[in-house]
Formats: sequence, C-alpha cells, structure tokens
Amino acid sequence: MSMAEEQIEKTFGQVIVKEEKARMQSKAVAGRELLLKVLAFLSPSLLLVLWEILSRLGVIDVRLFSSPSRIFYALIPMLYSGELLYHTMVSTRRIVLGFLAGAIPGVAIGLSMGLFPPVRASLMPMVAATFPIPKLAVMPLILIIFGLGETSKIFTIAIGVFYLVLINTMAGVLNIDEIYLDVAKNFGASRLQFYTTVALPGALPMIFAGFKLGMGTALLLIVAAELSAAKAGVGWMVWRAYDMFDIEKMFVALITMAFLGYVFSSLLDLIERIVIPWKNPKG
Amino acid sequence: MEESKGLNCFFSTEAILTENLTKVFKTRVGNIIALEDVNISVKQGEFLCIVGPSGCGKTTFLRILGGLEKQTSGRFYMRSRNPQKPLTSMVFQGDSIFPWMTVAENVTYGLRIKGIPPRDRREAAIRFLKLMGLLKFIDAYPYQLSGGMKQRINVARAFVSDPEILLMDEPFGALDEQNRLILQQELLKIWEGSGKTSLFITHSIDEALMLGDRVMVMTAHPGKIKAIVEVDIERPRNILLLRSSPEFASLYREIWHLLQEEVEKAKARELSA
Ligand SMILES: Nc1ncnc2c1ncn2[C@@H]1O[C@H](COP(=O)(O)OP(=O)(O)O)[C@@H](O)[C@H]1O
Ligand SMILES: [Mg+2]
Repeated sequence: MSMAEEQIEKTFGQVIVKEEKARMQSKAVAGRELLLKVLAFLSPSLLLVLWEILSRLGVIDVRLFSSPSRIFYALIPMLYSGELLYHTMVSTRRIVLGFLAGAIPGVAIGLSMGLFPPVRASLMPMVAATFPIPKLAVMPLILIIFGLGETSKIFTIAIGVFYLVLINTMAGVLNIDEIYLDVAKNFGASRLQFYTTVALPGALPMIFAGFKLGMGTALLLIVAAELSAAKAGVGWMVWRAYDMFDIEKMFVALITMAFLGYVFSSLLDLIERIVIPWKNPKG
Repeated sequence: MEESKGLNCFFSTEAILTENLTKVFKTRVGNIIALEDVNISVKQGEFLCIVGPSGCGKTTFLRILGGLEKQTSGRFYMRSRNPQKPLTSMVFQGDSIFPWMTVAENVTYGLRIKGIPPRDRREAAIRFLKLMGLLKFIDAYPYQLSGGMKQRINVARAFVSDPEILLMDEPFGALDEQNRLILQQELLKIWEGSGKTSLFITHSIDEALMLGDRVMVMTAHPGKIKAIVEVDIERPRNILLLRSSPEFASLYREIWHLLQEEVEKAKARELSA
C-alpha cells in the first residue's frame, strides 16, 4: 500500500467512524425524544388509572372526588343529548365576542398610546388608576348598568381582555429597538410608512402576548360571569352542579373548560404563526 | 442639509464639505463634546475611512451627515448631482435589518419608501442578491441567516436605494476575520462599479488601508481630526496581495503611531482623573 493510499485509507476510515458515531448519536436522540413522548402520554394515563383504583378500593371518597369511570358515564349522555355542546357553544360565543370587544379597542388605543406621547400622557393616568381594580369587583356595577342579559357577560370579559391587550400593545410599540426608527428615518419614511413598516410589525409579538394573556383572563371571567343570572354556559354548569351536588357533572364542566382553553390557545398559536412568519420558532 | 446655501464655497469635484462642525451632547453628568471644529472636504467618488478610539465621535459625525442628528454649530454642504436619487444612505453599526421582513423586502426597503411598485422592487432584489450570491435566501427571514449574511443585507439595503453618498458605520465590526475579508472584497467590487462617494468607519487599520483613498484619524475628548493620511495604493486592490506590499506596511505604521498617541493620552487622562 502506497503512502497516499494509506493516507486515504486513514482519512476515510476516520470519516466512516465519524459517520457511524453520528448515526448512533442521532439514533440516541430520536430514541430519547420518543421516550419523552411516551412519558408525556403515560404519566397522565397512569394518574387516571391510579385515581380509578383508589376510588374503587374506597381509599378516596367518590362522593367528593368521583372517579374517571363515573365521570365518563356522566359525560356520554351529555354528549349524545347535545346538552354539553349547547353549553359549550353558549360560552364560546360569550368568550369570542367578549375577547373581540376587548382586544380590538385594546390594540387601537394601545397603538395610539405607544405612538403619540400626547395621547399617552392624557390616557395613562386613567389606565394606571383603573387597571389594578379586580374585574370581578366591577361585575355588580356592570350588572346594574347592562342588566342580566348577554351584554353584561360579554362586557365583563371584554374589560379583562382590554387592559391586558392595551398594556402589551403599548409596551410593544415603546420597546421597538431605536435603531429601526433610525433606519426608517434614514430612508426618508413618512409617518404613515413608519407606522405600517416598523411600528405595527415591530409591536406584533407583544400584541400576541397580550392576546394570549387576555384569553387566559377570558376563561377565568366566564365562570364568574356565568355565576350570576345565567341559564346556560360551561361556567353555569359548574355552579348548577354545585347547587345540585352533582360532582360528576362538575368534573365534566371542568374538563370541557380545559378543552376550551386548549382549543383557544392552539388557535391563537396558529394565527400567530400565520401573522408573524418571521418569528424564530426556537424563541 | 444645507445643500443649496454657499455652494460656491466648494469646488465641483467635491461631494462633502464641513465647516467647523461641532456637536455637544448635554447630559446629566455635564456636556460631552463629541465633535469639535471638524473641517474636511471629501471628493466626488472618494472612499474615506475614519478611524479613532471608541467614543471619539465617529458615529456622531456620520449621523449628522446622514440627517439623523443636528449639529450644535458649524455647517456642512453636500452636493446633489441627481435630485431623483437620495443624497445619503447609512449602513448602521450592528444588527439593523428588520426581523419582520424577508431578505428581498429588507434589501428593497428604500425603494418601497420611494413608492417603487412591488414588481420592480422584486427585480431589483433578484439582480442584487444574484450579484452577492444570496439569491437562494431571497425569501428567507433574518432569523434564518448567519451574522455575515445579515451584514451583507445591511450593506445591500443602502446600495439598492442608490444614494449619492454612502455612510457606513463599522459594517463589518462584528464579523470574524474570514467573513470580514470576503465582505471587504465584495464591497470593493460593487463600490468600484458604482463610483459612489463613501465614508466608512472602522476600528481596524487593515480595513481602512484596504478600502480607503484616505484615512481620517480622529482624537477623543473632544473629537477632532488628528491627521488625514493619503493611501496611495492603486486600484483595483487585491486584499491578499495588498497586505504584503511595502506601502501598506509603512502606512500601517504611520496610522498605528497616530492612534497609539491617542491611547496613551486616554490612559494619562484616566490616571489623572
Ligand atoms: N445621544 C447621546 N447622548 C449623549 N451622549 C452621546 C450620545 N451619542 C453619543 N454620545 C457621546 O458622544 C461621544 C461620541 O460618541 P460616538 O459618536 O458614538 O463615538 P464613536 O462612534 O467614535 O465610538 C461619546 O462620548 C458618547 O458617549
Ligand atoms: Mg460608533
């Protein structure tokens, strides 16, 4: 074997060894990921099984904590009769309308407060003074003003969403890196061009953070809003089940809420990916 | 920008003339004289490099010429030969390309502001990115690019807007040596074809000598011109051959000594303070 051949042999040998190592590593990584996925599925399932066994053994009081099978048997007829769907739709309508009624003015006012110092100076004291008031404390007043109908429920949710979206939107505009303002100025952008090419896109990630926080609050407020003077809705189901001491129904309502929360947050994530394609998915 | 006033004060071969340009920043800890009595004239199509210790007012000088900052006193003139074109365009220090725009949108931002229709902008982007070998990234977003590519886009954005004067603030300052050399060579290539008057800030003497027709050396506190060094090395320049030439070595030494004095002075100031 000549020197050159030996050299080639050596290098190629090394390359092959390296490739083999890399392949093994990538296999190991894939294996670990699979394990994590299995764990993520297994651990909740295990908890359910444990819950079921303990309730059957009488270790936990089924009158208070129910059991997975009992909840399941309560859920099925509610699904078939359309009862669950009806209440879910009623609540969904309130959440969506309340969210829009809060988020749209929140973005509009937040943007103008971020962009125009005079607007900020005149509105900030009011925002700062009213923001800390717990929204639940305002509910009786809302009921007196708007009555017992849908409006008061939508309005309650809207207020909660409004503040979070407004504050995030304003912060989003104010936190845009100054260098981007210089770039716009350098190229001679007009005010309008500056708003559309820098201020709005630059604030979008924060606006969406506000939407997500607002959605969390909306789910919180729907329960409170449906506590008083409601005749339907998932929140109402919880309170109704409380009155009737129907633990299974209460669990069904709670599960539905968790599901609603999951759907809404996935929906917001999806819209965010479409509206902000430039966001680094790795953060 | 007082382009029309006193145009007879400078010759038609000159693109920029500054007269006692001074900038004072009023801060809580007192006044900072960022620039004091800066007088320089830059020829049409000249490549002027600016070096000096950090904080000596290099960025401030460029920002005043670019209209982003107003001088405290003194005047400057800039000649506009073609009123259709923007007079200046700036390449900013650091990462300044818009994260929310694709490479094509970033590169043609100046054209969008001027109201050029999208189809023409796209064509301009294709033409320019092809030239820089970045065509396959035309629809990528900045988070998908490396630091070197982002800096290319940053420079390209200023070039595509086709200004009469280019103002570049340490555009390659954050890059590794290899990328820096490649980008210098690319910059020279597009600059030589364009004939644009260019001002280029750098903290690297190497870079100043590779690119510049002249090097303006500045002093700090207050920021003044210490010396202006002619770089008599013929173009087109080959960056690799240049480094081993005797002219390069002697110019390097000259500028190094000028800067060295400044560093010593800064040290003495620190000790006495
Ligand atoms: N906006 C500002 N406000 C106050 N001081 C400033 C401002 N910009 C720059 N300076 C000061 O002016 C001096 C020159 O700054 P700069 O032009 O950025 O220097 P260089 O680019 O040469 O490093 C520095 O001392 C800096 O602290
Ligand atoms: Mg600087």
